Amino acid sequence: MQGTIDSQTTAITADHGHEHPDFRVLGLLVFLISESLMFGGLFAAYLLLRGMHAQWPPEGTEVELLVPTINTLLLLSSSFVIHYGDVAIKRDDVRSMRKWYWITAAMGAVFLGGQVYEYLTLGYGLRTNVFANCFYVMTGFHGLHVFVGILLILGVIWRSRRPGHYSAQKHTGVTMAEIYWHFVDVIWIILFTLLYILTRF
Amino acid sequence: MAQAQLPLETPLSLPGHPKAWKWYDYFTFNVDHKVIGIQYLVTAFIFYLIGGLMAVAMRTELATADSDFLNPNLYNAFMTNHGTIMIFFWVVPAAIGGFGNYLVPLMIGARDMAFPRLNALAFWLNPPAGALLLASFLFGGAQAGWTAYPPLSTITATTAQSMWILAIVLVGTSSILGAVNFIVTIWKMKVPSMRWNQLPLFCWAMLATSLLALVSTPVLAVGLILLLFDINFGTSFYRPDAGGNVIIYQHLFWFYSHPAVYLMILPIFGIMSEVIPVHARKPIFGYQAIAYSSLAICCVGLFVWVHHMFTSGTPPWMRMFFTISTLIVAVPTGVKIFSWVATLWGGKIRLNSAMLFAIGLLSMFVLGGLSGVTLGTAPVDIHVHDTYYVVAHFHYVLFGGSVFGLYAGIYHWFPKITGRLLDERLGILHFVLTFIGTNLTFLPMHELGLKGMPRRVAMYDPQFEPINFICTIGAFVLAFSIIPFLINVLWSWNKGKIAGDNPWGGLSLEWTTSSPPPIENWEVLPVVTKGPYDYGIEQRKGSTNENEEE
Ligand SMILES: [Cu+2]
Repeated sequence: MQGTIDSQTTAITADHGHEHPDFRVLGLLVFLISESLMFGGLFAAYLLLRGMHAQWPPEGTEVELLVPTINTLLLLSSSFVIHYGDVAIKRDDVRSMRKWYWITAAMGAVFLGGQVYEYLTLGYGLRTNVFANCFYVMTGFHGLHVFVGILLILGVIWRSRRPGHYSAQKHTGVTMAEIYWHFVDVIWIILFTLLYILTRF
Repeated sequence: MAQAQLPLETPLSLPGHPKAWKWYDYFTFNVDHKVIGIQYLVTAFIFYLIGGLMAVAMRTELATADSDFLNPNLYNAFMTNHGTIMIFFWVVPAAIGGFGNYLVPLMIGARDMAFPRLNALAFWLNPPAGALLLASFLFGGAQAGWTAYPPLSTITATTAQSMWILAIVLVGTSSILGAVNFIVTIWKMKVPSMRWNQLPLFCWAMLATSLLALVSTPVLAVGLILLLFDINFGTSFYRPDAGGNVIIYQHLFWFYSHPAVYLMILPIFGIMSEVIPVHARKPIFGYQAIAYSSLAICCVGLFVWVHHMFTSGTPPWMRMFFTISTLIVAVPTGVKIFSWVATLWGGKIRLNSAMLFAIGLLSMFVLGGLSGVTLGTAPVDIHVHDTYYVVAHFHYVLFGGSVFGLYAGIYHWFPKITGRLLDERLGILHFVLTFIGTNLTFLPMHELGLKGMPRRVAMYDPQFEPINFICTIGAFVLAFSIIPFLINVLWSWNKGKIAGDNPWGGLSLEWTTSSPPPIENWEVLPVVTKGPYDYGIEQRKGSTNENEEE
């Protein structure tokens, strides 16, 4: 929210002539509290189910680690990549911002591809058992968020084709896409811990 | 149109701006917070009538012990959808969406909400959700009650139940978007001359409500989406035979649905804190206590949900913990009640319809609160769980509380919204009928519950017939009480007495603009020079100390 005040951006209220400071970043942060609670509810349900079973995951459900680990590293590094884009726009360098955002979107797409590959090769489906229920619903729900994040990034890239749309002073959209991407990343770290790492112990 | 008494320095509307909205603007994707507020209020009221008709049908069925009016499946569908509509399509959208959107920007001196288009989007999620809910009757209507507990909800009328879930998820999304908007608006868009301790108490209440909606609604969404998967995609989250657990649903559901009680009552508390001081012509007693008690209710209210699950095999330590936390909520609530009583005490009370409904609320909410304390205590709750005692309790809170508060708000702000006063004689008739009807319907239910009549049944033991018959008469009185109100609103909207800008002599900012307010609310933004409740207090020179009366 400091960012909005610093950058002195203003938004014209739709259909109104009057201007007030741009609160969109603040609005996004407040919204993400709600999103966290949504994932929080899923995590709580998962942990409760896990606590009720003597063996978790149930007999015969093998958790594969190779692809998801590569995916995790990919998503983690994409958070750094997108940050370079934000740094670039603060230097007024739209060209390299676009470059970093393209790379982030591509990494996100590869992540989703990896996810789909995993779904296709795993030994269990959505209905196999309660662990599989949780696994598919949670990763699927997160994948949906990755997809939305990619759309946001592509939206930023699309808008930035017009010279002057984003600048060092005015880049709320760029910042918002970045914040959302970091959020998706943080959620994945928790998911990866719960669904993969902790099932090994 | 009442455009009288604009301040002298007021320039005319900016060129190119419409001066007022036309009737058809209310049917469009309009971003003006006042249009959206009215859209919410009117839509919600229509649902109130639909939900009310379902209640009348159920009470007609319950007049006798046999099932002779509705077939049992239809009874279940009415029972389920009456609760759902009254909560998700009447009280919540009317109080938060309606009054919240209409009043918050006006009260803080803003020209609109922080995100006007998001606001319009949030409203327009409601009509399709309502249509989905009503369409579910084509598939028999959801049968499992508004709580939709599995396994019942996963095996009865599954198509209708799925539509029900989608409808609730839609209004939930609307609620979250609205909450984001209110939090940012109240936090950031107060007119520069307004300090936090000059913020009207309705806005404090809306802030607390929005925080609560923000953190609790997504958890309900998760619970319902998992239910949707269980019904339609063969998962077994809530299927004990396949490794799932039904209690998890109850936790997710009540983590939202207990706070939902506060979503329905906190804005009403806000309305009370505005209506009472104006019509008692006195400063509010304990401004800070009321403001902070809203936040206290919001925080404590997140940790009491298991009191709905005392009979769900809950371990003793949990019963103990949640009994205590539940009783703690009574403290900030009591603070508010006492503050309002103290505000009334010695005031020059103007006993008009708005004030009558406010005092009516006060008396009945105390009853609902007391039965709430008994229900929050595990030993009593286990005894009367799922009986009519529970039905009596929450109708005293939600009808005697929320609906009375909504009526008080309508009588109080109708002049601001339309520029015309409601008729007082019809208003008082409306109040008397509503007050009698409420107590006739819901007071005897306490006895029914204590004697052991279960809730959610179409047929019952004939020994309960006489008391049930009284309840049914009360329900009909309530149904007829709507008639003077409807006549009053429809007539006064067109032909009522011109209200002027400030018919009640109110001090909060919404009364500084014309009635109805122009688009963008003020030509020149008002400056806050005294507190919103400084009735009868002369302004000290050069100071705006509004808490000194305490
Ligand atoms: Cu509760």
